[in-house]
Amino acid sequence: MLKRLGPSVVTAGEATSTKLFESRLEFNPPAHGVWNIVHVGMLVPEAHQIYVCAVNCMRGVVLTAAEMGMADRFSCVILKETDIVRGEVEQVTLEGILDVLRKLELRDALPPCVIVFPVCTHHFLGVSMGRVYRGLRRAYPRVDFVEAFMDPIMKRRLSPDVRLRKAMYDPLERQPVDDGLVALLGSDFSLDADCDLRTVLAMGGYRLEDVQGCADYGAFKRLGAAATIVAAYPNAAYGAQKTAKRLGRRFLYLPSSFSYAEIAGEHAELREALGLPRLDEEFEVSRCEDALEAALAEVGDAPIAIDASVHPRPLGLARLLLEHGFRVREIYLDGVTDEEAAALEWLRANAPDVELSSIVLPELRVAPRERAEDVLAIGQKAAWFCGTNRFVNIVEGAGLWGYAGIRTIARLMREAWVTPKDTRDLIPRKGLGCASCF
Amino acid sequence: MRRSQRILPVYTGDVSGACSALFELGGMVVIHDPSGCNSTYNTHDETRWYDHDSLIFISGLVERDAILGNDEKFLDDVVDAARELHPRFVALCNSPIPFITGTDFRALCKLVERRTGIPCFYVSTNGMHDYTVGAGGAFAAIAERFVQEGRRRKGTLNILGATPLDFSERDAPVALRAFAEDAGFSVTSCWAMGSTLEELTRASEAAVNLVVSSVGIPAAQVLRKRFGTPYVVGRPCGAFSAALADELHAAAIADACAWPCRDLRAPVASDARYVVGEPVDAGSFAVACELAGEPSVRVVCATESAYDLLAPQDVHADGEEDVEVALADAKVAYADALYAPVLPAGARLIARPHLAFSGRMAQAAV
Repeated sequence: MLKRLGPSVVTAGEATSTKLFESRLEFNPPAHGVWNIVHVGMLVPEAHQIYVCAVNCMRGVVLTAAEMGMADRFSCVILKETDIVRGEVEQVTLEGILDVLRKLELRDALPPCVIVFPVCTHHFLGVSMGRVYRGLRRAYPRVDFVEAFMDPIMKRRLSPDVRLRKAMYDPLERQPVDDGLVALLGSDFSLDADCDLRTVLAMGGYRLEDVQGCADYGAFKRLGAAATIVAAYPNAAYGAQKTAKRLGRRFLYLPSSFSYAEIAGEHAELREALGLPRLDEEFEVSRCEDALEAALAEVGDAPIAIDASVHPRPLGLARLLLEHGFRVREIYLDGVTDEEAAALEWLRANAPDVELSSIVLPELRVAPRERAEDVLAIGQKAAWFCGTNRFVNIVEGAGLWGYAGIRTIARLMREAWVTPKDTRDLIPRKGLGCASCF
Repeated sequence: MRRSQRILPVYTGDVSGACSALFELGGMVVIHDPSGCNSTYNTHDETRWYDHDSLIFISGLVERDAILGNDEKFLDDVVDAARELHPRFVALCNSPIPFITGTDFRALCKLVERRTGIPCFYVSTNGMHDYTVGAGGAFAAIAERFVQEGRRRKGTLNILGATPLDFSERDAPVALRAFAEDAGFSVTSCWAMGSTLEELTRASEAAVNLVVSSVGIPAAQVLRKRFGTPYVVGRPCGAFSAALADELHAAAIADACAWPCRDLRAPVASDARYVVGEPVDAGSFAVACELAGEPSVRVVCATESAYDLLAPQDVHADGEEDVEVALADAKVAYADALYAPVLPAGARLIARPHLAFSGRMAQAAV
């Protein structure tokens, strides 16, 4: 008996739960600005990544490193059928990694940190990665081995991305506390220089540091001295909280948001935790309103499409824009996170005709990509689906935070509408904001 | 240790090879894989993805279904999509985890076919081989399954083994056809760039098959077995092109197969000059050098399917260590630019971009 084919597009009014679509076959749009685990791992200065997998799985990650011009910080161990049939995957994993390290040592290039990525196969064959890491640490006691995974089949667990954002900070050790230091962990992007988190911390005499600002591995390790650890990106929260707990530090989860109320709450939390002075929030909000008004004056009633790759809060962004008179028509996403449940409820009640579309389901591969009117897309995938060259080209929230983040997105929308981009050239590029040969 | 690669990338995998071979034929390819196979393929190995809506999907396999053997979910999803999208055929590809759990793809193909009425076949992949295996298997399946009996026509040929993985130049399909036409042949089909599935079904009408990469050899062998069509292995290249044209005519008349990219090689190669890559391309390049009066070169075949393509002086390298050893005395290497780090000091690399090695970086170089 065949199951009924579920929809790939629903209106907000029809969205009865945060699970929007049934799992079916999937494809990938040709928009590759979102970072993968190689990009994230490369943030750790001087770290060397080693993947242990079959060639077809290896291909994407090894070429990610090559396109970044960082092939010298990436090595691989290839698993073959014979390894599986003979039950030698564990041995090949250990010996392969040791072999890479010997070769690096011969070139005086032994790294201070090695991030190891076993894969789904290691789980399914019951490989003891504990034994592998014991062998590695015995052979190279001065190297920090980071225990990562590339195992997308393990859907019941945290995603490889979430676990990597914890594992990459495992080398941070207990050390004397620096009360004036706040460490932002787990974000791909540094927060913008003008964002209110930086502003209020500076007003309170604190320094905000992150992995992006660390010149070498030593500087990275010194992030562990921070008295306060902050996560501002949902996939970073788990790892940052674990790291804070392990090091005995204060932890704050302050996600980037498009809600004035939520931002005000985050500022209150910061004041309470760190004794920061109060920002003139009325003034900040009025500046946001001015920025949104200026954007609306340019964009007018042009239809707007948003996708989930642009920011972890696509529905929150849609709400902000709808409340300010913008005509949001389409939102591309494959699920709604708990953090966005309230925004979905708001859309159901106030904008029930907004279309929520899958990004990956098969019908979308052949769906028309022309629209009757020029569309302003916020995000690469929305730009591709709507066939527009007027789009905001950021991913994963970029460096947006707080009231300044709202002003920045308003400015980016205005600029995107006024100045079209070469979509065909820009969106296939991998890892927006990372080093790239393209 | 031959399993470890300090700095070189790997060649395109078998699954991506199958997808690349079938891309333009109007079918639906489903990779039974949790995630990543589709993204890797369309990011690095598929130059047509942005502009052409080919139906290539992954199943999104999850741990529970793999462990409990729940093939029904996969089957339902494939059948639903096929009924919705009406592909000309359905091809199923394997990946490491279903390979480990022993999923019976041939049985699944029968079920898909029975439920949809759409031809369905399995391309034997598991993610652990390179593209020559996957693309070769896909073309062989087309040759077995879709090519119909036809009356052979003089002066016609099929081009077998053309995918962007080995032919990433924008005008490659046109150039291949132009070569055939200049040689006095009309092209029945090109497997598989610029030809429809209907054209491929008429491949038995061709007088001879031109195999332009190792990817085309399995299909050539099937067509030889099924229809007796002779084949000639070689890629048009410089001074070799004229000789290749002669070989095609000779093969058509004598009804005999020929491997000129191997057999026209000089018996002994000069030292210290190498061409690295896929064996039909590399061998053809080597012959072209020799026919042009340049110093001969040795072939370092770095892809998996070498068949009988190598001359005695050539090397079949399996991974980075083998390539380093083979090139240890190199003074000149014709190779993709990403081979530079494993060349000995002082060796000169003359770049021959290869999409199946450096991905879209090669395309940019082209």
